[in-house]
Amino acid sequence: MKFSSKKTWLALAVSLGLGATMTANAGNEVVIGDIDDMSGLYADVIGQGGVEAVKMAISDFGPTVLGKKIVFISADHQNKPDVGSSKFREWADKNELNMLLGGSNTGVSLAMAKVAGEKKVPFIAIGAAGASLTNQDCNAYIVHYAYDTTALANGTASVITKEGGKSWYFLTADYAFGTQLQDAATKVVNANGGKSIGSVRVPLSASDFSSFLLQAQGSKAQVLGLSNAGNDFTNSLKAANEFGITKTMKPAALLAFISDIHSLGLQTAQGLYLTTGWYWDLNPDTRAFGKRYFEKMKKEPTMNQAAYYSATLAYLNAVKAAKTTDSDKVMQELHKIKINDMFVKGGYIRADGVMVHDMYVMQVKKPADSQYPWDYYKVIKTMPGEEAFGPLSDSTCPLVVKK
Amino acid sequence: MTDLFGFPVPVILGQLMLGLVNGCFYAMLSLGLAVIFGLLGVVNFAHGAFYMLGAYGTWALLNFLGIGYWGALILSPLIVGCLGIVIERTMLKRLTQIDPLYGLLLTFGLSLIAEGFIREGFGASGQTYPVPELLQGAVNVGFMILPIYRVWVIVASLTVCLITWFVIERTRLGSTLRAATENPQLVQAFGINVPLMVSLTYAAGVALAAFAGVLSAPIIQVSPLMGSSLVIVVFAVVVIGGMGSIMGAILSGLLLGIVEGFTKVLYPEASNIVVFVIMAIVLCWRPNGLFGKG
Repeated sequence: MKFSSKKTWLALAVSLGLGATMTANAGNEVVIGDIDDMSGLYADVIGQGGVEAVKMAISDFGPTVLGKKIVFISADHQNKPDVGSSKFREWADKNELNMLLGGSNTGVSLAMAKVAGEKKVPFIAIGAAGASLTNQDCNAYIVHYAYDTTALANGTASVITKEGGKSWYFLTADYAFGTQLQDAATKVVNANGGKSIGSVRVPLSASDFSSFLLQAQGSKAQVLGLSNAGNDFTNSLKAANEFGITKTMKPAALLAFISDIHSLGLQTAQGLYLTTGWYWDLNPDTRAFGKRYFEKMKKEPTMNQAAYYSATLAYLNAVKAAKTTDSDKVMQELHKIKINDMFVKGGYIRADGVMVHDMYVMQVKKPADSQYPWDYYKVIKTMPGEEAFGPLSDSTCPLVVKK
Repeated sequence: MTDLFGFPVPVILGQLMLGLVNGCFYAMLSLGLAVIFGLLGVVNFAHGAFYMLGAYGTWALLNFLGIGYWGALILSPLIVGCLGIVIERTMLKRLTQIDPLYGLLLTFGLSLIAEGFIREGFGASGQTYPVPELLQGAVNVGFMILPIYRVWVIVASLTVCLITWFVIERTRLGSTLRAATENPQLVQAFGINVPLMVSLTYAAGVALAAFAGVLSAPIIQVSPLMGSSLVIVVFAVVVIGGMGSIMGAILSGLLLGIVEGFTKVLYPEASNIVVFVIMAIVLCWRPNGLFGKG
């Protein structure tokens, strides 16, 4: 468990029931929480970088909103749904948590989404790709920021299938995220005249991918759909290179981050297609944010870390506009506003909770084409939000389905 | 293309090859366990942690001291071996007269401590280690593209296993060692420093685990839990081979690696448990293990 400031130690004291006087003060504060993978396979994707991004957002907004001090607390969910949901419940009960940012693991986020509905605390999910968060598992307090499995599949899978990659074999992380991503990609592949000829499910954080990759190669499919993320993605791609599998199959990164590409190196990653909601080198605004973040973290931010910044600002702006921290009123405001910042232009939160915005299909540059540090992507296609996330009428969220 | 059991032969051969590589790791680790159990009577549950420390040692030597793979291949097992001596001298030694269960509990606790420290210091997500330049690339062996590094793993580990077997079963040093475990007082009476021998044996056993850790660093993620996920399987391998049997540990390690690889083709879902199914069968049929005496 990692806590980020003295204030959070006080918050911890409160949660332990040691500082009874603190609870009385909590009404004078707006408490933003972050429960994310701080030490596991997804820690580089958000982790401490996300914590830093939220702090940047709070200091940019000003230390207070509606005259109340903005307090930020964070914790590690260790990729365990029970750890994430019980921490959330504890903060909601004892710290008067006003909003939760939660990251990186669909399984954990689904568990926390239930708590959000139960405790009526807005929950902004970032990095958990599973689209079920805004479909069958949705509730009125969920906002799904940055991307979901639908948008990822509509990007990468559609571009590769249209380019002639008709037969797919999936290497899938064996939990809610991996299977939802595979299902979404299969749908897109089928719709574009291709087909999925098989898949192998790999346990999360597997140490060796080689035998799974040989199974994929044995299938004789043209495309190797990597339905995983974080270190699982980089390890499986590395092993695919080592075993010469990338010579016979075209790898498709269904979810990859700039941190992954950085650790793989352009030599290994070149030519890879991927879908992202944000890239530091898109326009002057993104570059300015990238530069500020880089000064603190010595890395360019991933789209999720940028989304953490954007989501924190969006929430605080909604509180300011609603003139209250009352969850229902803030949610109402969030559904009303247009989000314009360094992350999105004209983004909006739909009735089912999806934050709709443009997505980009990128191709990783060849080492020779990379002009400066972190110059990794070439934009292949800009997908308007509606195309990426699909129409609202497709949503199976009970809040929008007409009975 | 020719098929076997309805699967293309190249797929089966490929998985068997990977199984053999895994089998080499099982063999090296179970060999260390068998040596320690055979000569000290200690069920060394910390074996997985020593394997993990060997891999982290390799990574740390490169990243903090700039010492590359070949240096680490010698240094890392040496460092871990010294750590083994310290543990044997200060802790395990006190437990020799009592129930082996205490040794198991102690070493289990030690492995939890080691994992905790490494997780706190270097994070849970693990580190990557590059394949040494000399062993990069791959050869096409017909049925698969085989990375040269994996060939090296097979060669290096089989060599080390055979040397260990030879030293224990075929040399004077080995026979003294075996005699010392049968009757320490008598051997001591011949002027041989038995406690020193015991310490060195423990060190050699854990150095073997660290050596396996060095070999594994370039192919699997160097992570705090890499040892504990392996050690359970390795214990099963030792049980199948016969507790304390040196050759049994080597052969059953290789054999089970291959069986596991084969299972990955036939019925992948069972590949994680096939070793334990075999263990159950062997225990019913030959309670002393395949190569056990008595």
